[in-house]
Amino acid sequence: MSVSTSPNFKENVHGALRDESLQRALGRLKTGFRDKRLAAIENLPEFEALRDQARDIKNHTLENLDHYLLTFEENVKANGGHVHWCADAEEARQVVAKICRDTNAKSVLKGKSMISEEIALNDFLEKQDLKVVETDLGEYIIQLRHEPPSHIIAPAIHVHKEEVADSFRETHKGRDPNRSLDEPRELLDEAREVMREHFFAADVGITGANFLIAETGTSVIVTNEGNGDLTQTLSRVHVAIASLEKVVPTLEDASSILRVLARSATGQEMSSYTTFSTGPRREGDLDGPEEYHVILLDNGRSNMLGTEFQDMLRCIRCAACMNHCPVYGAVGGHAYGWVYPGPMGSVLSPSLIGVDEAGHLPNASTFCGKCEEVCPMRIPLPKMMRHWREREFEKHLSPSSFRYGIKTWAFFASKPRLYRAVTGIASKVLAKMAGGKGRIAKLPLAGGWTDMRDFPAPEGKTFKELWAEKQAGKGDVK
Amino acid sequence: MSSASNSTSRDAILGRIRKSLGRTAGDSAPRDVTERLASPKPNAVVPKRAQITHDQQVALFEKMATSVNATVSMVVSDDDIPREVARFLAEHNLPARVKTSPDAAVSGLPWSDTALEVTAGIAGPEDAVSVTPSFAGVAETGSLMLRSGADTPYTLNMLPDTHIVVLKTSDMVGTYEEVWARLREKEGHGNMPRTFLWVTGPSRTGDIEQTMQLGAHGPRRLHIVLVDDKQKTK
Amino acid sequence: MTPSKPRVGLFVTCLVDMFRPTVGFSAVKLLEEAGCDVDVPMDQTCCGQPAFNSGDNASARKVAAPLIDMFADYDYVVAPSGSCAGMIKKHFPELFADDPAMAARVQALSDKTHELVSFLTDIMKVDSVPAEFDGKVTYHDSCSGLRELKVKQQPRKLLNSIKGLEISELSEPETCCGFGGTFCVKYPEISGKMVGDKTRDITETGAKTLLAGDLGCLMNMAGKLAREGSNVEVRHVAEVLADMTMAAPPIAGKEGE
Repeated sequence: MSVSTSPNFKENVHGALRDESLQRALGRLKTGFRDKRLAAIENLPEFEALRDQARDIKNHTLENLDHYLLTFEENVKANGGHVHWCADAEEARQVVAKICRDTNAKSVLKGKSMISEEIALNDFLEKQDLKVVETDLGEYIIQLRHEPPSHIIAPAIHVHKEEVADSFRETHKGRDPNRSLDEPRELLDEAREVMREHFFAADVGITGANFLIAETGTSVIVTNEGNGDLTQTLSRVHVAIASLEKVVPTLEDASSILRVLARSATGQEMSSYTTFSTGPRREGDLDGPEEYHVILLDNGRSNMLGTEFQDMLRCIRCAACMNHCPVYGAVGGHAYGWVYPGPMGSVLSPSLIGVDEAGHLPNASTFCGKCEEVCPMRIPLPKMMRHWREREFEKHLSPSSFRYGIKTWAFFASKPRLYRAVTGIASKVLAKMAGGKGRIAKLPLAGGWTDMRDFPAPEGKTFKELWAEKQAGKGDVK
Repeated sequence: MSSASNSTSRDAILGRIRKSLGRTAGDSAPRDVTERLASPKPNAVVPKRAQITHDQQVALFEKMATSVNATVSMVVSDDDIPREVARFLAEHNLPARVKTSPDAAVSGLPWSDTALEVTAGIAGPEDAVSVTPSFAGVAETGSLMLRSGADTPYTLNMLPDTHIVVLKTSDMVGTYEEVWARLREKEGHGNMPRTFLWVTGPSRTGDIEQTMQLGAHGPRRLHIVLVDDKQKTK
Repeated sequence: MTPSKPRVGLFVTCLVDMFRPTVGFSAVKLLEEAGCDVDVPMDQTCCGQPAFNSGDNASARKVAAPLIDMFADYDYVVAPSGSCAGMIKKHFPELFADDPAMAARVQALSDKTHELVSFLTDIMKVDSVPAEFDGKVTYHDSCSGLRELKVKQQPRKLLNSIKGLEISELSEPETCCGFGGTFCVKYPEISGKMVGDKTRDITETGAKTLLAGDLGCLMNMAGKLAREGSNVEVRHVAEVLADMTMAAPPIAGKEGE
């Protein structure tokens, strides 16, 4: 599995908030994603009904996951492909390595795949002396920078064009060192040229999958660049890596979910390329891969079925939750410390790498509910983050001072008379501390509050004290 | 290529799934599963925008395709296609060399009416312009449906800088669901071509500072030649 | 007291009780003017949300359970907070889901619980208030009220009925202010960044007054504005609707301001 820095979330946050370049990049989420999504859904009156339909399709599939996976496997085989069931990351890596060995591969091309990030495939393959090239422009940029992605559909969203130019100058040798790389267009043209050479030399092409279709044994990728298509068509061997829950029953089911995917992700009505791949090249075909493999990865997902986290398996990785999350918008993807950032990651990461490792993530939410509001699959993300907090509380993973604080508060709050007395005193003490200024700039034991903002002072007496006085005045004490 | 560990994992994974779902191995699939697979139905909710007359669908297709940076022109007969291709290439100052799919629907057109140099086959690094047929057009998003096959190699869709697609108006439908119905009719239930590609505009990327650029790794230009074959089909 | 008057149990909320009694009295005034008979059960403390959102369901139940009987006899339960009303309405049924003996009573409480402003407009059909206010205000949509209870147009409708009051909308009125209950002290740096973005938005509206329907969010934003030395006055929307702005200085504001 990919190494996590999630336990250092607070340190990561501290750095991210001071990273001006990152903050500038995060400022583009609104025009880059949110405004476009809004325009797209306003253009489709059936959008809400399509969300319900997409949710129902996935729920039905998850309730029958065993049957649909078996049907998928059967149909891949019938079309001359291979299916590899992998329980964990290590097994998936070994299977990919074996496919590469068996086919005498020297070079591996990659389409964008979050699962390959999850199982840290690139590092592993490079240690096997394979040359691995990411073909998605964003993934290529972060590969050159030796960084993990900071966003699940825009992996290099944190990188500025000047930084891309630096990476290109360093990597693309033998070109005019004085060439202009100031404009995104110039950068793209150079990447396109470089990538063409890789495409024609590829042995194994690895892609992810947005859907696996049981009815036909098909894997589907959704892309804008066309890199995934060239990866899987020009390579001798096509390997699609997908987690179990990517399966849907039929072509119609995939089509329905596709109607909410791009609109939620980039605000496009449909991505440029939606590619349905079934088996290896057919007899008489002039191009296409000679072998077709699907890696079906579990890596903890089967354990989520039947639990309060099952709904998370509806996720289609559109990234709407992180594009709209004020916490993601403040700190960016790397702060989360593992492959999946934002709200979907805050629910999924604890399932995959353990809540003791990723414990901060479900806590770092105000429960503002924006993620659930925009999730095309209607995943109740805040509710599931809260379920993780319950598990942390049960396992005594939350800080003891915090647990003690909650328990103490609950003790007082369940004893009304004592509570009234204590809050009555506290109100007056705090009001006195404010000394008529209406606020307190520094409050002992509340540094978390007063480091960032003043603490508004209470008026003086509590409402209940005043209410009781008023009722007494009326001679009507209750 | 199944290894021992693979089948062990298969059993273990399926075992965990069944346990979570309260099933045992050998349970037959519930009826709603078998029926869904045996006779897929169109989705209950589909965009109303595409539930219009055929002529309106053609107009909607053109509008949607244009909105995603494709260009569209209409000719009235197959014989006009080569001249339209030549016109488009000249207008954009593009090379007068074309690679078509071996499919007679495009390779068999009267190319000699033009000064274009035309060959048929797969696309290679040197091919700048391709002309391919299409299986269908979908009005709801202006998407082209392209299938791979011996006569329609896939690389023509993706490698050349300029991709020109011929679409007959009789192959225009409203929704994706109608495409699947047609495909099943042609190929038989459950059968798919090796690759079935939906193309909605030319290749693009927003990966550098979220600035939209056309022509990332696939075609920079997508030109659609609509052939109005209504008269013929009537 | 005519028997036809709906009997409303006011759930004051722990923050209003301790920090801002004026909001409670504003709520009472608004409810009475709308024709309700208002009562305040004196044994109420808190809805249990801090524990619930911390994953401590046992503590949450301990604090929440007494409310179920305490408010059983009222026609309605009204809280001047979308967050606390949302806790009772949406989350009590979850919190007590494992206790079938409680289910019916919890559901009954959930069904009759409302956030103050939406209760006035949607249930009591109030469409204007006789308050006076001169100047430009801006309004922050607190997350729980907005997303759990669909409180959006209701406060704007009543505010717009006040002569002299003009609403200048935030560019992102629906973006969280960074309060989030215990979040703001557990992750102060993120919370600080979020509330800083919010106060910039507030300042850019040019409004002299910031209103919202939840005291937690208001204290967060008021504290940040005060720290920044801003002149923007912060108040609970009920204070303006009830015409009680003279009863207390703005939140985090000096006496006599």
